[in-house]
Amino acid sequence: MTDVNLTLVLTSAGLIGCGVYLLLERSLSRVLVGLLMMGNGVSLAFLVAGGPGGAAPITVEGVDEPMSDPLPQAMVLTAIVIMLATTSFVLAMAYRSWQLTGHDDVQDDVEDAMIRRMAATDATSEAFSAASDDPDEVEESSDFAEGELVDGRGDEPGGGQDLGADVAAEHEREETRP
Amino acid sequence: MSLLVPLPVLLPLLGAGISLVLSQRPHLQRWLSLVVLVANAVIAAVLLVEADQSGPQVMWMGQWPETVGIVLVADRLAALMVLVSSLVTLAVLGYSIGQGMVEDEESAPLSVYHPTFLVLVAGVANAFLAGDLFNLFVSFEMLLFASYVLLTLGGTGPRIRAGTIYVLVALLSSMLFLISLASTYAATGTLTLAHLAERVADLPPHVSLMLQLLLLTTFAIKAAIFPLSFWLPDSYPTAPAPVTAVFAGLLTKVGIYAILRMQMVVFPHSPLTDLLLWVALLTLVIGILGAIAQSDIKRMLSFTLVSHIGYLVLGVAVAGEAGASATMFYVVHHITVQTALFLVIGLVERRAGSTSLVRIGGLARIAPVLGVLFFIPAMNLAGIPPFSGFIGKVGLLQAAQAEGTWLAWTLVVAGVVTSLLTLYAVAKTWAVAFWRTPQEAHEALEEIEALGADPLPGFDTKPRNEHRGHVHTAGGVVTAETLEESRRLADDDDPERDFYELIEAGEDTRTLPPSMLVPAAGLVVMSVVLTLVAGPLFAFTDRAAEDLVARTPYLSAVLTGETP
Repeated sequence: MTDVNLTLVLTSAGLIGCGVYLLLERSLSRVLVGLLMMGNGVSLAFLVAGGPGGAAPITVEGVDEPMSDPLPQAMVLTAIVIMLATTSFVLAMAYRSWQLTGHDDVQDDVEDAMIRRMAATDATSEAFSAASDDPDEVEESSDFAEGELVDGRGDEPGGGQDLGADVAAEHEREETRP
Repeated sequence: MSLLVPLPVLLPLLGAGISLVLSQRPHLQRWLSLVVLVANAVIAAVLLVEADQSGPQVMWMGQWPETVGIVLVADRLAALMVLVSSLVTLAVLGYSIGQGMVEDEESAPLSVYHPTFLVLVAGVANAFLAGDLFNLFVSFEMLLFASYVLLTLGGTGPRIRAGTIYVLVALLSSMLFLISLASTYAATGTLTLAHLAERVADLPPHVSLMLQLLLLTTFAIKAAIFPLSFWLPDSYPTAPAPVTAVFAGLLTKVGIYAILRMQMVVFPHSPLTDLLLWVALLTLVIGILGAIAQSDIKRMLSFTLVSHIGYLVLGVAVAGEAGASATMFYVVHHITVQTALFLVIGLVERRAGSTSLVRIGGLARIAPVLGVLFFIPAMNLAGIPPFSGFIGKVGLLQAAQAEGTWLAWTLVVAGVVTSLLTLYAVAKTWAVAFWRTPQEAHEALEEIEALGADPLPGFDTKPRNEHRGHVHTAGGVVTAETLEESRRLADDDDPERDFYELIEAGEDTRTLPPSMLVPAAGLVVMSVVLTLVAGPLFAFTDRAAEDLVARTPYLSAVLTGETP
């Protein structure tokens, strides 16, 4: 494959790049848009992979002009159908998540949240053992500001203050099974 | 006989369609699923014998010319995997019918379970039989879609939370798969494995290395190989027991199968042996360390699942006949044992009401059958002789030792240590959940609760004595979650009660229905039978590995040069 359509390559790369960026968002609907952009970028990549374009791949007797490769196009069609199904499933899931929690944010992993809390309070306890009671200094020495912790979870009163109860509440929510 | 090849895919798919039509008749749905899966197992057995006696069975679908159409190949390896997967799915289906999970969960969309399960079976079979990469992609999507639905069954909060992570990770890996397919097609102009095997050799080394890395990363996400394993312990335990069991048994192994197939057929002289060995080492050690730290049996088993994937990567990495053969044997062993364990833990949850090690105890006396059913596969998983886990591990470690490099020797050591730590993890579970009396469990719980009550000198308030996830108390160190759970349970006003309190109050009325016990017991028996037939099975996997290493049986069977 010597000649490659640079426009297609750049568009594909741009779409995939934007898709990855959106994938890092917390809201499930934005993540979905990111996935769709990635999917479209990948479809373009398949077109590039099919080599230079040509006539429609239908053999007609007597006509002998170069045809475009039909195989990647068939694959792209399959991929598009799968993306459609994926989209509808993720949308349904985002809707269900919104029904349950009032938002469609990807939720924190329980243990991640716990470790973040521990990291924050850890700094506090070190400051405590250094016999310093200055709360401002504690704030500074912590990797995660307590406000940020409250922010990430939104509905939890007290943030990193009563750590045990928070973790318990978190687990209680996790373990409510039918 | 090659007409049989597409049946393990077609039958469940047709069954899924009919099952969807029968959604108002749950009774018929169950019978249909059973009939389809029994037929599947029989067909897989015939395919296995055929593939063993007269070479790989190949079918080009729809009589398209070779390398353009879709090809299904059942060589020894594929046929073995299809047979094992159909037996395991049959047992899981029996279990879920027994559980009457369809009635248990009132909020669940009842009629959806059976069709989805059949699609999952079809997807797994298609992945094993696929002879080209794009068909492999389609089968991954089939089984993933079914798994999305099964994982979020009922749409409860925890399942949606776990499902979100699972679905997003799976979608990301699908995108990566598509990108690697496009690159592969651009570089070689084909996606048929046999055709690729001929053409990849002509590529410049850096191009083929890039393709190999792309595909490896994709499959590593599916197979949950460290560092791409983070999603697994988080998402699997929330699903219903039979769903977790079939996921744990089969889905990760499909990823391993794909890696094995790619490494053996397409990239036989891989420069990545060292990389794979390192990855295997990390997966083994980090997975099992995670397992030790868990206080919930399901999570503990999920981590051992990740850890034991490391053994399989080790086998793939050392390649060669010994490595491939031992990997196949270990895959068969691990599918059976891991599924059996998850089913048994499902029974534990049903009997004791929880899988948390803080709450349960005394099951060995209360439900001795359950004790035996847990003990055998647990010892098997840890690799105690004479079980098949021991034989498989010896095979893998011998293959690694034959490699002879210092890294391979490190892996031999890591393999033994992991085996030992697995034994520690399951023995701890055994001692706590089965061996101690419920009363001891209750006393231990109150002791933990009392520990938390008086803080360490120097730490005057409660949050102060919590440190890195552990609570330092005057009497010792416990994890914060354990402490919290025991606080809730010891509190008499709290409606939550542990197993002992339930027994004391005469409210322990849960029973184990034989219809659930029998399928779980069937799988445990199957794992023991693997030990008995280890000789013939190893001889079979040796032959399969010979084929894989030689490559010619596969290549010449697929590319006959004839045009229909």
